[in-house]
Amino acid sequence: MVQIITNLIGIFKPRVTRCAEEGRQSFKDLDTVAIVGSPNVGKSVIFNALTGRYVTVSNYPGTTVEVSRGRGRFDGKDYGIIDTPGAYSLFSITEEERVARSIFLEERPKVVVQVVDAKNLERMLPFTFQLIEAGLPLILNLNIMDEAEKLGLSIDVGKLQQQLGIPIVETIATKGKNIDELRRRIASYSPKNLKSNIVSYDKDIEKALEKIESHLTFEYRLSKRSIALLLLLGDQELIEVVSAEEKDNYRKIQKVVDKTRGKYSHPLNYVITVERQKVASEFCDRVISLGKIQKAGFREKLSQLTMNPWTGFPLFLLIIFGFYEFVGVFGAQTSVDFLEETVFGEYINPFVTRWVCSIIPWQVLQELFVYDYGIITLGVRYAVAIILPIVATFFIAFSIIEDTGYLPRLAMLIDRAFKKIGLNGRAVIPIVLGFGCDTMATMVTRTLETKRERIIASILLALAVPCSAQLGVILALLAGNAKALWIWIAVMSFIFIFIGYLASKVMPGEKPLFYMEVPPLRWPKLSNIFTKTYTRVEWYFKEIFPLFILASIFIWLGKITGLFEVIVRLLEHPVQWIGLPKESAVAFLFGFFRRDFGAAGLYDLKNTGILTGVPLVVSVVTLALFLPCIAQFSMNIKERGLKTALLMAGFIFPFAFLVGGLLNLILVGLGVSL
Amino acid sequence: MKLSDTAEEILETLWISQEEKGNIETSLKKIALDGNALLELTKIGYISVENDKIRLLDKGKEYAQSTVRRHRLAERLMVDILQLKADLVNKTACQFEHILQPGVEENVCVLLGHPKLCPHGKLIPRGKCCLESKWIVEASVKSLTALNPGQAGKVAYIHTGDDKKLQKLMVMGVLPGMGICLLHKLPSYVFQIGHTQVAVDKEMASDIYVRLEK
Repeated sequence: MVQIITNLIGIFKPRVTRCAEEGRQSFKDLDTVAIVGSPNVGKSVIFNALTGRYVTVSNYPGTTVEVSRGRGRFDGKDYGIIDTPGAYSLFSITEEERVARSIFLEERPKVVVQVVDAKNLERMLPFTFQLIEAGLPLILNLNIMDEAEKLGLSIDVGKLQQQLGIPIVETIATKGKNIDELRRRIASYSPKNLKSNIVSYDKDIEKALEKIESHLTFEYRLSKRSIALLLLLGDQELIEVVSAEEKDNYRKIQKVVDKTRGKYSHPLNYVITVERQKVASEFCDRVISLGKIQKAGFREKLSQLTMNPWTGFPLFLLIIFGFYEFVGVFGAQTSVDFLEETVFGEYINPFVTRWVCSIIPWQVLQELFVYDYGIITLGVRYAVAIILPIVATFFIAFSIIEDTGYLPRLAMLIDRAFKKIGLNGRAVIPIVLGFGCDTMATMVTRTLETKRERIIASILLALAVPCSAQLGVILALLAGNAKALWIWIAVMSFIFIFIGYLASKVMPGEKPLFYMEVPPLRWPKLSNIFTKTYTRVEWYFKEIFPLFILASIFIWLGKITGLFEVIVRLLEHPVQWIGLPKESAVAFLFGFFRRDFGAAGLYDLKNTGILTGVPLVVSVVTLALFLPCIAQFSMNIKERGLKTALLMAGFIFPFAFLVGGLLNLILVGLGVSL
Repeated sequence: MKLSDTAEEILETLWISQEEKGNIETSLKKIALDGNALLELTKIGYISVENDKIRLLDKGKEYAQSTVRRHRLAERLMVDILQLKADLVNKTACQFEHILQPGVEENVCVLLGHPKLCPHGKLIPRGKCCLESKWIVEASVKSLTALNPGQAGKVAYIHTGDDKKLQKLMVMGVLPGMGICLLHKLPSYVFQIGHTQVAVDKEMASDIYVRLEK
């Protein structure tokens, strides 16, 4: 049974993973170039420039969750380019770092390009040292040179190149500057002996390294010195690999590690990192000279205002208001009205209906395409006329906010509040994205650090974060009834906080810690906003469009077989228990496919006058608490596992009706009239 | 009243055994035997000896705790400020704790910014100065949480008890000697280190100790 469900759901499996795997296949006989570096230094921009492909770029650390692969052609030769998630160090603690490192351990890149933010060279150089120590074929790419220059930094590239013993290329990737030079350097790269002892450590550590190296017999992809260092640091994953390869020898290594550890009062990780940083700072003193610093400009002042609580929260409200005006009013009302009533209502629907009826004589088949639930008149109309404008405007607004670098600031403002519901500030990105598309947001929850946070975020997304499509329909439903709208907002916020709080109390696991780089505020680039919105809307459509068609077909099948009738009849009971007219059962049936489908069903009922006042609010609240859609459910299975996903669904549907019922009792009991 | 060094050692061992490990009494075998010191302690009612078991009495607890506190503070001083290597730390700290008189100990505590843990990750019993969270104006080392926005200095040290936290701070560039400036305290801590701005919560911020610039 479980197998059948998984198979069925496999139909809706997100495409992203398949792409990554396909990529690896087609790379087999190509030389590869791996792009590595800390989060938010522009790795993805470099990747896009080298491949001509597009992966999402944003001014938010940790956006690349998966390894992207593409082909690049320079100097008449094809290369496989690999973009890795942000990593600060070879010593891996986060999921992203493990993924990035596995590229070195499992594949043998011909060239490794480390992208660094030039102004933060001092902080990023220790990672460069590690890559050199590991004996990887390294090119150092000093990116975002424009920001470094603004700060008055000038870097003596020739000197640095000579001291590190590796090629260095300066770029401003967002402006495409010097990318050709980077291509040339990659194509002409010739491996040479790297200074694997670029950093010499304290003598006790050096002694230990020498001993460990002498015990290593297997040929690893990384240099012995690098492996020895990682063993000293206590890297769990590597310990497993090495102990499996070296067998008895490993015990000797373990002894050396333990003995060395005993010699220092601090963890070795700290001692080694401090020494590397010392060398990095010395390097920077030699090659970086400080020129005239431009005064803190408008951007920096604005940046501080966004983080100051007195100005930060009002600014946040202002942004929400702007968001509402653009998505809620322009997208969900103006554009939807035009597409729905004018384009579809006056042109497409009548035309298609006439055309279908003229070529298909059987009414049963006609109904598959047109009339109330037809593929074109319901499925396509709904996807194109209602969903498209809302989702597109949402993603435009979201991309702008994302690219300015505002989200980390929001994370900083909201961290304390999020801690109360078991999350930390970092969770703003999946939660805010959830207001666009819960499916996409559920995928992004994997950037959260602990399993506990990932589960809490998934529950909240599935239960209490309405996606843009649904928000649009709900705003239209409750438009002109401010009291009803506020009741809905209040109930949803309460459920969000209450369930989050409860989950944080019940769920075991570590307490979340908040730490995040705050990137400079940047002007979003129009072309990037456009491509990003386009890829997201495209993703969204490929993900959901088949579902709309499928839903239309299911409904049609259900209708002609009578199954539809039976389920609606069954659903009439719970619907009536929570005080709704039994006609609304149909809407709730749609709601199992997508909750906004259901909301659209309610919309029709409202227009015919069947649904008003208290029952209207109750039905909107109940439906809003449903699972977002089948695609989101399958994403939940993929990310959280079948058991957790089923448990969530098993909780969510009864809970939605329970809340609806309670709300009905309260509103009726208080005699609220809407 | 100042006890002999050996007596202080005994009290320290007993306190750790009873308060931290939860033993009710301690076997005599675990104690460096010194008849005089034991006699000294029984006389003033700090300990009781029965057969081969010793017990720390309520009356002696305060003194014992202050000895442990002095030892661990001394360790912090050795490691963070004097940068002694591990094999030397314990021995030196043992001698140092006896020299640290109450009052002087308070100064060391203030100087170190009221550290919470010793370098081995054990709790340092709080002193009066910590509870009042006393800062001398010229206190050279303060926890980042005790700074006001706009204050700058260099990172003196970071708490190294929790590996994950430590690694996170280190990769952000928070390492001894790096210049640091606090920008915001509310609702989260934001500081500038090098050319990077980093936002952290209170738990992470309180692990960073800063030597202020005059």
